[in-house]
Amino acid sequence: MADSAVAPRSPGTRVARLAGSIVRWVVLLGVATVILIPVAYAVLGGFRNAAQLAANPVGLPDPWIWSNYIDSLTGPSFWVQLRNSILVAAITTTIVVLFGSLAAFVLARRRFRGREVTYTVFTLGLLFPATVAILPLIILVRDLGLQDTPLGIALPQAAFGLPLTIIILRPFFRSIPMELEDAAAIDGCGQLGFFFRILLPLSRPALATVAVLAIVSSWNQFVLPLVMLSSESNWTLPLGLTNFSTQYTTDTARILAYTSLALIPALAFYVVAERQIVGGLAAGSVKG
Amino acid sequence: MTSISSARARARRLPSNRLRTWAGIALFLLPAFALYVLFVIYPIAQAARFSLYDWNGLEPLTDFVGLANFERALADPVFRGAITHNALIVVLSLAIQIPLALALALMLNRRFRGRGILRLLFFAPYVIAEVITAIVATLILQPNGLADHFMTAIGLGDAYHPWLADPDTVLWALFFIITWKYFGFHMILLLAGLQGIPRELEEAAAIDGASRRQAIRYVTLPLLGPTIRVSVFLSIIGAIQLFDLVWVTTRGGPVNASNTMAVYMFDRGFVRFQFGYGSAVAVILFVLCFVLALAYQRWVLRRDTEGATTYG
Repeated sequence: MADSAVAPRSPGTRVARLAGSIVRWVVLLGVATVILIPVAYAVLGGFRNAAQLAANPVGLPDPWIWSNYIDSLTGPSFWVQLRNSILVAAITTTIVVLFGSLAAFVLARRRFRGREVTYTVFTLGLLFPATVAILPLIILVRDLGLQDTPLGIALPQAAFGLPLTIIILRPFFRSIPMELEDAAAIDGCGQLGFFFRILLPLSRPALATVAVLAIVSSWNQFVLPLVMLSSESNWTLPLGLTNFSTQYTTDTARILAYTSLALIPALAFYVVAERQIVGGLAAGSVKG
Repeated sequence: MTSISSARARARRLPSNRLRTWAGIALFLLPAFALYVLFVIYPIAQAARFSLYDWNGLEPLTDFVGLANFERALADPVFRGAITHNALIVVLSLAIQIPLALALALMLNRRFRGRGILRLLFFAPYVIAEVITAIVATLILQPNGLADHFMTAIGLGDAYHPWLADPDTVLWALFFIITWKYFGFHMILLLAGLQGIPRELEEAAAIDGASRRQAIRYVTLPLLGPTIRVSVFLSIIGAIQLFDLVWVTTRGGPVNASNTMAVYMFDRGFVRFQFGYGSAVAVILFVLCFVLALAYQRWVLRRDTEGATTYG
């Protein structure tokens, strides 16, 4: 520990230090438990039946019941919804990363009148999630003929994802030396060539960050699918989950199994991409 | 495509090249700008327009009513109740959630074995969908659910409490879920801020005889000010716009006891087909957030003259 070098070493402080350390661990482990309990409850609950859940929701299932998970995995709706969620996330992410990086490029590296105003207009979008604009969005998507299609969700999502993307990418693009661009120009590399062949490859960490954030927010989006998607074959996981849970209100264990199945891909993705998510959100919020 | 530096050099002289520079900028800016205007700015403008009509979202927009929708909303006790619920969640977040996040960030800002795992764990609820959180929480908090088993085991309360269906407990239950899901986000922000504070400053305070508590109080916290203010701001904005969690757990019930502004807007506009009225509520939400952001920028964040919040 860094501060041990300068701390005085009287026995009194050593006791205080030990007590402080114990308090710290009690608090940290307490919080960790509170976080883990609902997740464990959901995953283990999926292996119980309704009677077991009512009698004893704590401890390991006895006996382990596999049918809830097996039914969900062999039924059609989970896979259809998983596919739809992936499809919507893929479209959203492609659009937001491509359009966002193009815009961030000129906002970072070109001087033109109205640049800062344009940037400010983009950043203001950070204030509002799609939920607040949902009523006019319903009308707009309907007028565009995109209701009940993946695009009807992906396009608004991408638009609302642009602010954070541009805020994260702009300083990154700006930090790439101008000399590099001049050198590329001397070698006959045009603006588009520089952008695609030099800037984007150099910006891979920042692009990964914005892509991961776009995937997470698309994956969790609820209100857009709720109002736009009427046919069951287009539902995404969050929408399918809510409908599943109202359909089987009494069969708690089934709901828990289905919910756990939807939760696992997100948590797995989080463990892999934690660095991008944490770094991106911290940077985005602090600079907003 | 002309090369940039030469285009830049010649742009000053030749109008046609200046045009080409502008075309280059437009080419890059346009896709994002068009998408943003169409799906963010235009809907906001449309909401302002719809809010002046009595409209069900289907028929032509003809029944102009002026500001009547706004008068109706501000006079509706249910909407006023929703505002107070949002306000209560703001107050609770600032009083409990942020201090908790700060305490944990301070604890995690030292090197010790297991720190990485704890950070990973504490932030995990933030990436779990609000829908999933809401469904699992509903089951845990249902009468005779896990929460009741726990309360009975530690000798508090009886085995049967409908946490989310009792008007007296529903907001507290929701606040507990919100804290579970979002404290990790604020903790990560504050941790990032703490890591920007040179450790030498605390060491210097220790050499000067300050206790660890004094060092935190007089050295760390003042330096962390900008980050705390950003965290507070995001917490307020998030609490004002709260929707998914409430919609899936309670739909604003029982008897409007957990209604929030966004839930009220969605219920009137989408469920009851009062698009004009719902839009008026949306406009109130917009204006509230916008004014709050401006005020915050003007009076609170401005003090951070060279803090991380002012560049970018």
